[in-house]
Amino acid sequence: MADFAIRVEDLGKRYRIGGQVVKYRTLRESMTEAVRRPFNRSKRNEPSGAFWALRNVSFEVKQGQVLGVIGRNGAGKSTLLKILARVTDPTEGTAIINGRVGSLLEVGTGFHPELSGRENIFLNGAVLGMHRSEIARKFDEIVSFAEVEQFIDTPVKRYSSGMYLRLAFAVAAHLEPEILVVDEVLAVGDAEFQRKCLGKMGDVARQGRTVMFVSHNMSAILRLTEESLVIQKGNLVLRAPSTEAVSFYLTSGFSQEGHKYWLEDEIPAEAAPFRPIAIRIQSETGTISETVRSTEKNYVEFEYELAQPIAGLRVGLYLNTSLGEVVFTTFDTDEPHKFEQLATRPAGHYISRCAIPGDILNEGRYILGVNASAYRVKRYFQDEQALTFSVDSTGAPGKQWPEPRLGPIRPRLDWSIETVKNGTQR
Amino acid sequence: MSTTTPEPAQLTDPSREVRTVVIKPSKGMGLLNLGDLWTYRELIGFMTWRDVIVRYKQTFLGVAWAILRPFLSMVVFTIFFGNLAQVPSDGIPYPIFSYTALLPWELFSKALSDASRSLVQNSNMITKIYFPRMILPLASVLAGVVDFAIAFVVLIGMMFYYNIAPTSNIIFLPLFILLALVTSFGTGLWLSAANVAYRDVNYVLPFLTQMWMFITPIVYPSSMVPEQWQVIYSLNPMAGVINGFRWALLGTEPPAQTLWISVGVAIILLISGLFYFKKMERQFADLV
Repeated sequence: MADFAIRVEDLGKRYRIGGQVVKYRTLRESMTEAVRRPFNRSKRNEPSGAFWALRNVSFEVKQGQVLGVIGRNGAGKSTLLKILARVTDPTEGTAIINGRVGSLLEVGTGFHPELSGRENIFLNGAVLGMHRSEIARKFDEIVSFAEVEQFIDTPVKRYSSGMYLRLAFAVAAHLEPEILVVDEVLAVGDAEFQRKCLGKMGDVARQGRTVMFVSHNMSAILRLTEESLVIQKGNLVLRAPSTEAVSFYLTSGFSQEGHKYWLEDEIPAEAAPFRPIAIRIQSETGTISETVRSTEKNYVEFEYELAQPIAGLRVGLYLNTSLGEVVFTTFDTDEPHKFEQLATRPAGHYISRCAIPGDILNEGRYILGVNASAYRVKRYFQDEQALTFSVDSTGAPGKQWPEPRLGPIRPRLDWSIETVKNGTQR
Repeated sequence: MSTTTPEPAQLTDPSREVRTVVIKPSKGMGLLNLGDLWTYRELIGFMTWRDVIVRYKQTFLGVAWAILRPFLSMVVFTIFFGNLAQVPSDGIPYPIFSYTALLPWELFSKALSDASRSLVQNSNMITKIYFPRMILPLASVLAGVVDFAIAFVVLIGMMFYYNIAPTSNIIFLPLFILLALVTSFGTGLWLSAANVAYRDVNYVLPFLTQMWMFITPIVYPSSMVPEQWQVIYSLNPMAGVINGFRWALLGTEPPAQTLWISVGVAIILLISGLFYFKKMERQFADLV
């Protein structure tokens, strides 16, 4: 048997721009295009509105290896997995896959709301490529993993979303292919269930199966994989041990000086009329710095322009630790009166400034993401890693002991110490 | 493009049944790769079963709908075409004359519309997982057979009522059912694949089925069609199916030589549909 499970050579995938916006063409558009085409034949080979979601990607995965894939949104990770899962065809290059592939690009694919849990286990199992006998053998195990014994004959449309996800993951988790391709499926469910899923993924990895694992959760990547690929703008930029890959990913692509300016080519066309300009972190005295003091109040400024008024716009920040855990999410119109006041934000040049109070953050490295969206209407702009900064905890509570404190926050909390006399409470 | 072709001897280990898959851009027509359908035969069964049991979930009358639809059409046709318009029915009582035609017609039209919408309706599966996409329209077509079988029971009852004994030609009935299925699957392949790129299909469908019904001898006998038009008329495979049904069950005129035209058209529809589907298939996940 060959020693590789997956070998990818010069893989590339080209999409038409607007592919996501214009969902499908109408017959009329196709007909006019067919009529025009003979006249501008030169453009046929390279359609003007095309971009490469993935290009010149080559790598090999050994049998039994667990390989992480990391990259920002839109870097091409999912496209890579979709090609390997044979959902979509590559535009160029080849991939050779040696073994039965199970792909988990989503849990619950093929679930039908009208069918009962029992029926869906069989249906979903078959969709994922399991044989009837295999499903029947694992049926009890799946049901108990999902903790839905009582409701197994209830249509899944009556399930709570938690139960639904547990059942969906349970079926997927009992898949036994030689090669497993997994995309972000752990980003669902409550913390307890995520822990259980990670545990299951760890088991799969230990059973000597080949796994390709895409995640934004850096601690999951570090826990499950030894080696990772870093994909940026459709290119494979690094293959390295996961610790190295994660730190490369977290620190690449942005400046170290406590501010960032967006270049024209970094702003997607869909962002219009929103145009991000800069983000900076500064102390109360106005010094822009990559390192801030945890005991002081600091400001995050997000500067942007609106070419046209936007209704319901909210501009916000995501704060994440360098392990990818979310610390908080906040929007500039979180206060209801501010949201009402700015129901439509007029065109203009703005700075949204967020004050992060002192004595909140623990020491360490943090990543700031930005988002500009109208809730449930449109996401104008998002950059999950706009800026990184370090927090220095000199003077923070408990510094008399040099031990590191766990957790992303290190709040200064009120303690009172009372003496209880004669065993009776006040 | 440099492609390293793996040595087959190295990769195939029969004891573990390791499958090697080479993924590369598909070009041109390619092979139909129907073997893949065989590998996924269990899924065909599961999807058909799903379509069958989902069909009448949360309906009050449930499976009774399988009978009601053709039965009510028969009642309406009998009143308007049979009694009021006095459409001839080759000497057979009009209700059973039209019901015998409505059975394969309902099978065909339901299969066609379900198959045509199958890919779009299951778009989340198409964008997330690999399986031969042809399974979706195929399962929609096969699921219709169950409805057909249920509605057929009513026909047996009607034959008793009107005291019509089936002829020995009934042994050919399965072939006409097959012809209806092949026609709907072939057309369904074309329309479902086209529907992925052009949602116009959704609007064309009701119109198409209605027009198709007019050119099919359901409310009238095909003997009403003038002699010189019979050849063109039989280009519609469903005309062959329905004449065949009446012949096998009610003992009307045996199908003429033009039946072979119907069969030929159905086969052409199927084969061209398979190739068109295959050609469009690789874009489904990107377009749907």
